[in-house]
Amino acid sequence: MKTSPHRTNESYIQANNVWQEYNSHVVLERLNLQVKAGEFCTIVGTSGCGKTTFLRLLLGAEAPSRGQILLDGEPLAAEPDENRGIVFQRYSVFPHLTVLQNVVLGIELEHSWLLGRLFGVARRRAEDQAMAMIEKVGLAVARDKYPHELSGGMQQRLAIAQSLVKTPRVLLLDEPFGALDPGIRADMHNLILQLWQESGVTIFMITHDIKEGFHLGSRLLVFDKLRYDKQAPEAYGASITYDLPLAAQRNGILNEINESLAETAQYQRQAVV
Amino acid sequence: MNQEPTPALGVGLGLLPFIVLIVLYLYASDLRLSENPNDKLLPSFTSLGESIHRLAFEENKRTGLVLLWSDSAASLIRLITGIGISAMLGLIVGVLNGIIPLVRANLSPIVAVLSMVPPMAILPILFIIFGLGEVSKVALIVIGIAPFIMRDLAQRVVELPKEQLIKAQTLGASTWLVIIRVVLPQVLPRLLDAVRLSLGTAWLFLIAAEAIASTDGLGYRIFLVRRYLAMDVILPYVAWITLLAYIMDWSLRRLTQLCFPWFVGGAVKT
Repeated sequence: MKTSPHRTNESYIQANNVWQEYNSHVVLERLNLQVKAGEFCTIVGTSGCGKTTFLRLLLGAEAPSRGQILLDGEPLAAEPDENRGIVFQRYSVFPHLTVLQNVVLGIELEHSWLLGRLFGVARRRAEDQAMAMIEKVGLAVARDKYPHELSGGMQQRLAIAQSLVKTPRVLLLDEPFGALDPGIRADMHNLILQLWQESGVTIFMITHDIKEGFHLGSRLLVFDKLRYDKQAPEAYGASITYDLPLAAQRNGILNEINESLAETAQYQRQAVV
Repeated sequence: MNQEPTPALGVGLGLLPFIVLIVLYLYASDLRLSENPNDKLLPSFTSLGESIHRLAFEENKRTGLVLLWSDSAASLIRLITGIGISAMLGLIVGVLNGIIPLVRANLSPIVAVLSMVPPMAILPILFIIFGLGEVSKVALIVIGIAPFIMRDLAQRVVELPKEQLIKAQTLGASTWLVIIRVVLPQVLPRLLDAVRLSLGTAWLFLIAAEAIASTDGLGYRIFLVRRYLAMDVILPYVAWITLLAYIMDWSLRRLTQLCFPWFVGGAVKT
């Protein structure tokens, strides 16, 4: 029997009727979402429409008031952990560590619960692993610089390298390129698309730039309020109003169809033999 | 507002008040001594020089010690012990208060209240509990500056961007690892800063304690010779204390620059 590729990565992340309320302030309501492993979802919407709240829910920095979010069938841990990497608009890197130390840190924290430091051979191996990641994001020349000596774009490259060296299952990006110049931003777009294709990590990225949202990723999610009461703007929350497949996703589907057909063809050949 | 001094002019302008002060002193001292050669209030530079030589280079006939150095050693040991203990306490309580909400709820109110107790008012209690020895003097310094350092550091920890703490957790850090790899290294330069700012207060409490009950120390000597109006001893001692305090301040600043190159201009740039 052959297992369909559609079944193996069915809804990796699943939000079931998620509500988030603070007292009488409803931020998110009736939010349902299924995301497959390896998708790149860009999230757009005006401010105050729960984009960041949704990201914080995925991160585990807060828990939903109602409903639940599943990661690979299991409810999400209520605290941030190694399953989910994050890059914020600012302050994502540690100012007291050099570029190399910033990336090695993730490996050290994983292997040394007492001191959070590695020594000797283990350290050299961790540094090699970190350097490979640093080279991928193009920061090899700055390995011994402190973050305050880096430009905004380089700091974000570092923050991405720092997260990806842990090979998280989900990478969350909260307006990561919002503070960058347009030219730098285009470079960062290419970088993140390349890293996404190489690593196959599932990405959620908030952006306030709808063009950026359309350009990147495999799926565009629009957060907006379905109902609005002028007398009580906080009475109704936002939900996902548009859920559009994007260009990259079409390629993905194409590949999926091709693979599926090829596999079937292979089985048929085997059957004939 | 927009005119900057050249380096040479800057140094000159900085030195000017010192020169004015010395000239004023010489003039006033001369004036008084010409009226009464035995006047003790503003001794001439010659008699100051003689007394400095006596204090700093000649052994005391009775004890065989050179007074200035034995006094300095006694005072500095008390001061450094007091500041060291305060810094340790400040670091531990400050970091825990800043990072762990449960500890903050527990300790923050008591630290806030204790920091308002005027330390000099409880000096008698310290003398009663710890006796007149070294412990009560060190305890006065600790009570005087530790609460300030604790509160300052807790505030610095609270000011660390939340993003950093979340990021560290997504890299697999436990609360303990966040403390030792993210929080502690970042508050160490701020600890040095807080210690530097509390140096003046520490000296104040040290000299007060020595003035009241002691058998040696810089503060003790000043208050001892006060009875004889021995300005030729008091003035060099005051100048010496000022120099010591200045050197400490300067070394702490240099230490911060050398050990924490990422801590630029007293603040973290990102």
